[in-house]
Amino acid sequence: MAGIDVTSLHKKYPDGTVAVEHVDLSIGDGELFVMLGPSGCGKTTTLRAMAGLERQTSGDIRIGRTLVNDLPPAERDIAMVFQFYALYPHLRTRDNLAFPLRAEGKPEKEVRERVAEVARMMQLERLLDRRPHRLSGGEQQRVALARALVRRPQAFLMDEPLTNLDAELRADVRTEIKHLQAELGTTMVYVTHDQVEAMSLGHRIAILNKGRVEQVGTPLEVYDRPASLFCAAFIGSPPMNLIEVQVAEGALHGPGGLVLTPPDGLPRDRSLVAGVRPEALEVTAPGADRTVPARVVSAEALGDEIIYVVDHGGGTDVRVRMPPTVRFAADEQVGLRHAGGTPPVYDTSTEELVA
Amino acid sequence: MAISIDEAVPGPATDDAPPERRRGGRGRMVVEVLLLTALAVAMLFPVLWMLETSIKENRDVYAVPAKFFGFEVTLDHYKDVFVAPGGGQSDLSGSFLNSVIVAAASTVLATVLGVPAAWAYSRFTLKAKKDQLFFILSTRFMPPVVVVIPIFLMYRALGLIDSKLGLVLIYAAFNVPFTIWMMKGFVDEVPAEYEDAAMLDGYTRLQAFYKFTLPLLVPGIAATAVFALIFSWNEFVFAIFLTSSQEVRTAPPAIAGLIGGTTVDWGLVAASAVVFALPVLVFAYLVRKHLVAGVTLGAVRR
Repeated sequence: MAGIDVTSLHKKYPDGTVAVEHVDLSIGDGELFVMLGPSGCGKTTTLRAMAGLERQTSGDIRIGRTLVNDLPPAERDIAMVFQFYALYPHLRTRDNLAFPLRAEGKPEKEVRERVAEVARMMQLERLLDRRPHRLSGGEQQRVALARALVRRPQAFLMDEPLTNLDAELRADVRTEIKHLQAELGTTMVYVTHDQVEAMSLGHRIAILNKGRVEQVGTPLEVYDRPASLFCAAFIGSPPMNLIEVQVAEGALHGPGGLVLTPPDGLPRDRSLVAGVRPEALEVTAPGADRTVPARVVSAEALGDEIIYVVDHGGGTDVRVRMPPTVRFAADEQVGLRHAGGTPPVYDTSTEELVA
Repeated sequence: MAISIDEAVPGPATDDAPPERRRGGRGRMVVEVLLLTALAVAMLFPVLWMLETSIKENRDVYAVPAKFFGFEVTLDHYKDVFVAPGGGQSDLSGSFLNSVIVAAASTVLATVLGVPAAWAYSRFTLKAKKDQLFFILSTRFMPPVVVVIPIFLMYRALGLIDSKLGLVLIYAAFNVPFTIWMMKGFVDEVPAEYEDAAMLDGYTRLQAFYKFTLPLLVPGIAATAVFALIFSWNEFVFAIFLTSSQEVRTAPPAIAGLIGGTTVDWGLVAASAVVFALPVLVFAYLVRKHLVAGVTLGAVRR
C-alpha cells in the first residue's frame, strides 16, 4: 500500500482546453479519497494521469515514494475500475480475473489460487464460467472490482464505477466498496459526480471545479463549511441558501429582516453572502419568537421530511428542511427563523469563504 | 367515413405501416404492385438480357424477332472470355487478373492506412480535429473525374502512367477518406476502456488496440472493405485515362473496348459483363452478415 502525491498537476490538450490547472493533492496511505465535481471539472483527467493513461503537461505524480511521471500504466502498480466495466468480452469471468496476473507472468498455480480467493471474497464462484454479456450490470461491476482486487496493487483508482448501475444496486455496491476498502485497508481514489456517493464513501473529499481544487476536507467539514460559493451550491440537496447579508450592530442582517449570528473576524467593507443550510432554518406559526413573517411558496413532502420553499420578502426564496410532523399548506403565512449556529460567510467578489 | 376492407377485416399486423397506407384499400395496393412490377422489369430486364445473350449462339443474338426462349444454350462466349481464339490466355482474362490485383491491393492499402487513422481520430484529442476530418471528407465532395487531368499530368511526371501501382495508389487515395469516416463510427462504438484496461494490464497502447479493439472492429472492417473493393472494382474513368497497354488495363475499360470495332461480338460482351459482375455479388453475399452487423452496430447500448 502507498499514498499518492500530486504536485502542481497541469493538463492542457492539444486543442487548447485546459482540463486540470495546477492541482495539488496528497492522498494518505490506506485512505479512501473521493474526487467530486461536475462533468468537465478535471476529476477524471486527474485520475487518468495518476493511472498513466494521460500524460500531464507539467507537474509530478508520486505513488508511494516513486516518481511515476514517465512510467507506463502497467509499471505503476495500480488497478483501475471503469464506468463501463471494460471486461474483455471474449473471455469468461475466470479468464478476465486471471488476465492481469497472466499478463504479469505469474505461475499458473498462483493465478488459479488468487482467482479462487478473489472469487470467494466477491461471491463470484457461480459466475466464473460466464462471459461478460451473460452477466447483469451489477455482476459485471463486481467482476470488474474483483479483477482490480486480484492484482493486490498499491492503490485502486475508481472512475465513476457505479454510474451505470440502477439506483438500488448502486447503494448495495457502494456499501460493498466501502466495506472492502476498510477490510483491505487499501488506498483508493474514487471519482464521482454524485455527492451522496462522495459523502457516504469518502474519508476525505476533494471538490473540483473547472480544473481546480476548490476544497479538500472530510465529508462533515465540506458539508458544514464549504470553502467557496461553488462548494456551497454543489454539496447538499437541497443546496445551501445563499443569503446576502450586511454586518450591523453585531449581527448579520439579511433581506426581509432575517437576523443571523455572525462569525468572528468579518471584513466590514465588502459585500457578503451567508450560507445557511435548509436544516438551519425553521418554519413556525406566524408571529412566533424571533421570526420574520414569510409565506410558503411550495411544500415538497418527501416522507421523512418536508422541504418548504419560503418567500420572506428577500428577493430570492429560501429552502427550509422540516420534520414531516410540521405541516403548512402552500400560500400559508408563517414565521421564519434561523435556528443553527454561525453560518459560513462568503465574499461575493472572490466567491471564497471569509469567515 | 367509408370503411375500407382493410379496416373491416382484421388482417395481419399492419402497425408498422403508416396509417395512410391502410386507407387506400385494395385498389391502391394493386396499383402499387403493378408500378413496382413495371419498375422491377425495367431494372432487371437488361440483366436478364445480358444473361441470355451470354449463353446464346451468335445467330440467335442477332435473330429478328429476338428470341426470349427456345434458343440453343452455349457456353462458348464464357470460354472466349478466358481463352484466346488460337488457344492460350485471352486478353480479357489478363484484364480480369489486373482488376483483381488492383482492387485487392488498393482495398488492403486503404484499410491498413484508414483503420489506424480512424482509431486515432476517435481516441485522441488533436488540434483542429473537426477541421481535419472535414478536410478528409471534402476530398469526396466532387466526382473523381474532375481531377482526372491534374492527376494525369502528375502521374506523367512521376512515371506512374500505365502502371498498376498508379491505379492502386489513386484508388487507395479515394478509399482512405471513406474508410476513415466509416471506421471512425465503428471505433467510436467500442468503449475506450478496453484499451485503458489492457494498458493497465501491461500492454502498450498499440498492443491494446491490436489485441482488444481490432477484433471487435472486424465486422466494421469487413463492411468498409467491401464498399472500398466495389468502388475499386467498378472504377472506369481513371482506368481508361491512366492506362493504355493491354498488360495493365483493368476489366471495365477492357470490356468497354470490345464495343466499337466494325463488328461487335455481343455474346462476348455479355459474357464478360456477367463474369465482371459475379465477384462483387459473391463477395457481398459472403459478408452479408457483417454488412448487417455493420449497419446495426450503432444500435447496441453501451
